[in-house]
Amino acid sequence: MRCAVAVLFPVVLMLVACQREERDTRPQSALGSGEQPTPVTTLVPGGQRPSPTDNKAASFEANAFHLSEGKRLFGWFNCSGCHANGGGGMGPALMDEKWIYGSSMESIHATIRDGRPNGMPSFRDKIPDDQIWELAAFVRSLSGKAPSSAAPSRNDDMMAHPSENRMPNAATLGKSP
Amino acid sequence: MKRFASIAFVTAIALFLQGCAGWQSALDPKGPAASELAWLIWFFTGLCAAVWVLVMIALALPLMMRPRERAEPLVVDADADNRKLRVVLTAVGLTAVILVGLTLLSFFANRTLAAIGSDAALTIRVTGHQWWWEVRYEDATPSHILTTANEIHIPAGEPVRLLLTSTDVIHSFWVPSLSGKLDLIPGRMNVLDIKADKPGVYRGQCAEFCGAQHANMGTFIIAEPREKFDAWWNDQLEPAAAPMSDEAKTGENLFLKRPCVMCHKIGGTPAGGTVAPDLTHIASRQTLAAGTLTMSRGNLAAWIADPQGVKPGSHMPVVDLNGDELNAIVAYLEGLK
Repeated sequence: MRCAVAVLFPVVLMLVACQREERDTRPQSALGSGEQPTPVTTLVPGGQRPSPTDNKAASFEANAFHLSEGKRLFGWFNCSGCHANGGGGMGPALMDEKWIYGSSMESIHATIRDGRPNGMPSFRDKIPDDQIWELAAFVRSLSGKAPSSAAPSRNDDMMAHPSENRMPNAATLGKSP
Repeated sequence: MKRFASIAFVTAIALFLQGCAGWQSALDPKGPAASELAWLIWFFTGLCAAVWVLVMIALALPLMMRPRERAEPLVVDADADNRKLRVVLTAVGLTAVILVGLTLLSFFANRTLAAIGSDAALTIRVTGHQWWWEVRYEDATPSHILTTANEIHIPAGEPVRLLLTSTDVIHSFWVPSLSGKLDLIPGRMNVLDIKADKPGVYRGQCAEFCGAQHANMGTFIIAEPREKFDAWWNDQLEPAAAPMSDEAKTGENLFLKRPCVMCHKIGGTPAGGTVAPDLTHIASRQTLAAGTLTMSRGNLAAWIADPQGVKPGSHMPVVDLNGDELNAIVAYLEGLK
């Protein structure tokens, strides 16, 4: 009896590790998804404005499922048509350290949702809000801003760049710390 | 207790045997390939059962027989030894003959399967997706090429060639009543020839674990007489029916403005997505979401309102629609016969 407990207890403890993350596949429409204003600059009169954060931003940012869904949608919705696998073409590169409108989840979400001047179209109503968050999380992984334990790994076909979980952090690339 | 155990055993067997009935059974063949395989299954099972019974008898007999008393146990009995040697050699020889025989049977069955589609006039490209089947009818005339999903219409009594591939993970195409299973592998084309002897609907199932909704990745082979099949093909080539009612017209507008249009195609409208099932004639299909739901207005609404409840993990996202919008889109899709 005591032996069984001694075996079962560590087994139960180990099984806890199988719960890696939640896959949140349903939007919380009660929260009024995706209508929060997102500041694009910190230059505001009267000191720093508090940056509003969405609970989706925090929960999707380091979630392997949502990152890989974002990667799939990036291909499906032909983001590469302008951003060319993150290297940039007609649209700006996404894998470098330059962020015209900010690198936060909220900023990228706002860019996809509302569009930006000089070409970026608005996908409001065309992409459900949760899927925009997934895309935003994936876009961050292109410049090494997602944890390597969660970012997508090897592609099934030809790789245009190192897999997202091996992407170097664009901000520190080539500089000694 | 013993009686309870035997009742439980018989019930379990009866439940298992239920699986042999119905429209998806390898033991209920409806085409030459499946007949060949069913015959092979029965022959292998019968022969192996017979061998097993013989071996059991050969084991049981000496156990039950009383050993013969020998006057001089140490004296070599050459006759008895020779007899034993002959028995063992015969058994080994028979085993070899049976194994080679079964191998040959299997080989010739494979040849028969391979020959079924040698004169196939119709080629269909089946692409596996998580978790649905894209079906493309090839034709020399580009305007006759037809793309649909999940249901494969074929002319009855004619061999059909299926080209199997996949875009994401490995799936496997298996319609037990018509043929054996064959994998759909990304970046590779497999060829499977099928033939249905009689008109009918035969269910198929993805037979290679492919993710969360593997169990809900069904397909239907609908075998029809040639003229009915040709008429179906011509109907499917038509662009989508124009919405008749005001509600359906609103639905069409909503479909084109909301996320539906990002992935789905409806022929004759600007909706041209190719990453999700073609909806040009969705209401003419018998099921929704790869055999998960039967086609009805209610199920259509349920699927659009909450795909993650019907098929959790599927790539169809929950789209924020209010009741009127949902009704309008359903009314539009329902008219796409």
